[in-house]
Amino acid sequence: MSEKELGQKWDRCLADCAVKFGTGLGLGIVFSVVFFKRRTWPIVFGTGLGLGMAYSNCQNDLRSRYVLHSKVAKEQ
Amino acid sequence: MLRVCWKGAHAAARQCVCGKVKAHPLQHCRKYSTAGDSGSSAGKIVAASLLSVGGGLGGAILYAKWDPKFRANVEKSVPYSDQLFEMALGPPPPPLVLLQKKPGKIEPLQIFSLSEASKESKQPKDKAKKSDPAPVEAPAAVEEAPAPTAQTLEEASVEAAHIISAIGEVPSVPAPGTSDESPPGHTAAGEECKDHHEPELKERPAEEVTARLAQQDKAEQDALAALTAGLEESLGSTAKTTLQAIGAQEAALTAIAAHTNKLKEAMDSETPPDEKSSQWKALNEALSDRTRAMEEAEEALLKAKGELENLRGVINSAKQSKINTARPQILAAEENLHSMIVDLDKVVTKVQTAQTEAKIVSQYSELVNEAKAQFQQELANITPETQANWKGLSGKLSADDLTSLIAHAHRRIDQLNRELAEQRVREQIHIEVALEQQKLEDQKALERAVVSTLEHSREDMRLEQEKKAQEVREVMEAEMRTQLRRQAAAHTDHLRDVLKVQEQELREEAQEILNSKMMEQETHYRRLTQEQLDTFTLDMNAAYARLKGIEEAIDSHVIAEEEARKAHQLWLSVEALNYTLRSAGADFPTEPLEGAVGVIKENCAENEFAQALATAIPEESLSRGIYSEASLRARFYDIRRLARRVALIDETRNSLYQYFLSYLQSVLLFEREQVAPPAKLAPEDLDTFKLLAYANYSIERGDLELAAKFVNQLRGESQRVAQDWLKEARLTLETKQVISLLSAYANAVGLGTTQAP
Repeated sequence: MSEKELGQKWDRCLADCAVKFGTGLGLGIVFSVVFFKRRTWPIVFGTGLGLGMAYSNCQNDLRSRYVLHSKVAKEQ
Repeated sequence: MLRVCWKGAHAAARQCVCGKVKAHPLQHCRKYSTAGDSGSSAGKIVAASLLSVGGGLGGAILYAKWDPKFRANVEKSVPYSDQLFEMALGPPPPPLVLLQKKPGKIEPLQIFSLSEASKESKQPKDKAKKSDPAPVEAPAAVEEAPAPTAQTLEEASVEAAHIISAIGEVPSVPAPGTSDESPPGHTAAGEECKDHHEPELKERPAEEVTARLAQQDKAEQDALAALTAGLEESLGSTAKTTLQAIGAQEAALTAIAAHTNKLKEAMDSETPPDEKSSQWKALNEALSDRTRAMEEAEEALLKAKGELENLRGVINSAKQSKINTARPQILAAEENLHSMIVDLDKVVTKVQTAQTEAKIVSQYSELVNEAKAQFQQELANITPETQANWKGLSGKLSADDLTSLIAHAHRRIDQLNRELAEQRVREQIHIEVALEQQKLEDQKALERAVVSTLEHSREDMRLEQEKKAQEVREVMEAEMRTQLRRQAAAHTDHLRDVLKVQEQELREEAQEILNSKMMEQETHYRRLTQEQLDTFTLDMNAAYARLKGIEEAIDSHVIAEEEARKAHQLWLSVEALNYTLRSAGADFPTEPLEGAVGVIKENCAENEFAQALATAIPEESLSRGIYSEASLRARFYDIRRLARRVALIDETRNSLYQYFLSYLQSVLLFEREQVAPPAKLAPEDLDTFKLLAYANYSIERGDLELAAKFVNQLRGESQRVAQDWLKEARLTLETKQVISLLSAYANAVGLGTTQAP
């Protein structure tokens, strides 16, 4: 069902967002704890990184239909 | 899961919105119903209508009162209006127009008839006898009463009356004309003529005429025979009787003569007494003879006279019978009669003369007898002894008696001498008296003789005249007969010719008629036979045609039944297919239609149309089945929601931000959910929201096709979102179309094959 596709995409998007957010958060926390003396900026950075990646993924996913795929034709 | 929550939230939001939307129309309706001023306006309308109707009625009644024609028209056209008019105006006026004409017509006629009557009455009286009864009687009847008016009217309209009476007299001229020319005395004759003409005008047919003539002839002959027989008979009898009478008369005559002679002899002669007695005896005998003869003669005379009268009667009747051929016989009879009468008269006269003579002689004898008797009486007186018969006295007489007798005789002689002297004196007177008497008698006899001879001569003359007339008549008859014979001959010749010609003509005519009748009969016969043949062939043809028709009908029945069976099969299979369509649930599709379509294909292997249609069903529906319209409808709402949300997303704008914006737009954009699509789509209608609204409207009205068309116009992400739905919708529509075609076809075939009762 084409109408379900969008929902599915959003689902994936959200799921991906959550995962990335969590992962980012986790890594941020880890990095902040490990490398950056418990500063908040790696957490935020990691979260932001995660959200951004999620956003981008989401967008790409939603855009995927409209992206033109080109192929370089082999020269003969 | 998230979607479910969102759905629920959205549904709740939608409900709120719908609820709000629904509330409005009620309020609107309530607002409209509170218009309370219509009551008074209705009353005004009613009042106005009543007023107008009443005005119309009143106006109509008034006009009808004034114009009866209008009233009549209205009464004719509008039922029960006559009752209304009667109530309002009274009964309609009587139709005056027609009656006024009639009296006008009657009066002039009366005037003219009266004038004619007056004119007629003025004409001479004899005309009135024979003039037409009609114009006279009627006007005469009318004349009595309006006589004075007739005169005044006549003076006024003399010329017109002249003309009209002249005209009226024209047909009646012939009748009064005849009476005009001839005096009234002839009218009777004229009438008689008319009357005679009338019966004679009737021509009797020839056979009747001849029959009548023959009859008449026969009757004549019979009558003649009868007459002649009668005449002869009567003649014979009368002749006999007359002869008898004559004989008797002559016998009487002789008897009288004998008697007189005898008497004379007896008187005169002085015969001896013996002979005297015998003489007296003979005389008595003669007397008795005479009387007898006289009686016989009288009887015979009477009889003869009777017979003669009979004969005369017969002759008269014979004369009256008017049979010409009997005339000579009648004449002869008459002559005989006449001669007989003459003879009879002669004999009668002779007898009479003889009778007179005998009377004289008898008187003389009587006188003598008287004297003798006296003498005897005297003698008897003188001689009383001697009695009765002095004949026997002769020897017995005494002397006294004789002397007395002589004395007496002397006295008697003296007396007689005296008487004689006296007689001689009176002789002359007596003779004169006797002569006178004789003259008278002679005159009477003469007269009688003259009369009888006159009559006889007259009879003779008449008989001669009759004879002459008879002769002339005979001659004339002969001549007429010859002429008639000639005419008859000519007539017969003419008749023969005419008859020949007529015969010829009639024969020809008859032949012609016969020919024509024969021809007619022949043609009739031929026509009949032809007709028979024709009818027979027609019948045969008809029967054959019917047979053929029946065969064809049966064949076509068979074919039709076959067709019907096939149609039924098709229909049933299509129905099965239709039924399978119904097996679609809310969200899952129907059964695969493969089975039903396969059945159709099997059953209608020879039906190309059905085959084509069956193959036209899309593969997807066959294998997977189709969604029902309801499910598509339900799905549409989802599609709509999604499409609205991603309305802004297309190739160019497809970032997440755009997604957010489009979502915001869908939330903030307020529009009608369903908008009736216009007949023509303008470019500005290709907006997603509008399209979705149109599609929603269409799908709400059940028009999936139109909705699909609108959805097809979506572009961008909305299009992609609606892609599947559209595909399903297309599938469903296609399949449904094919199936509807199939079912229509099956129905049509079924209708075509059904036989009308």
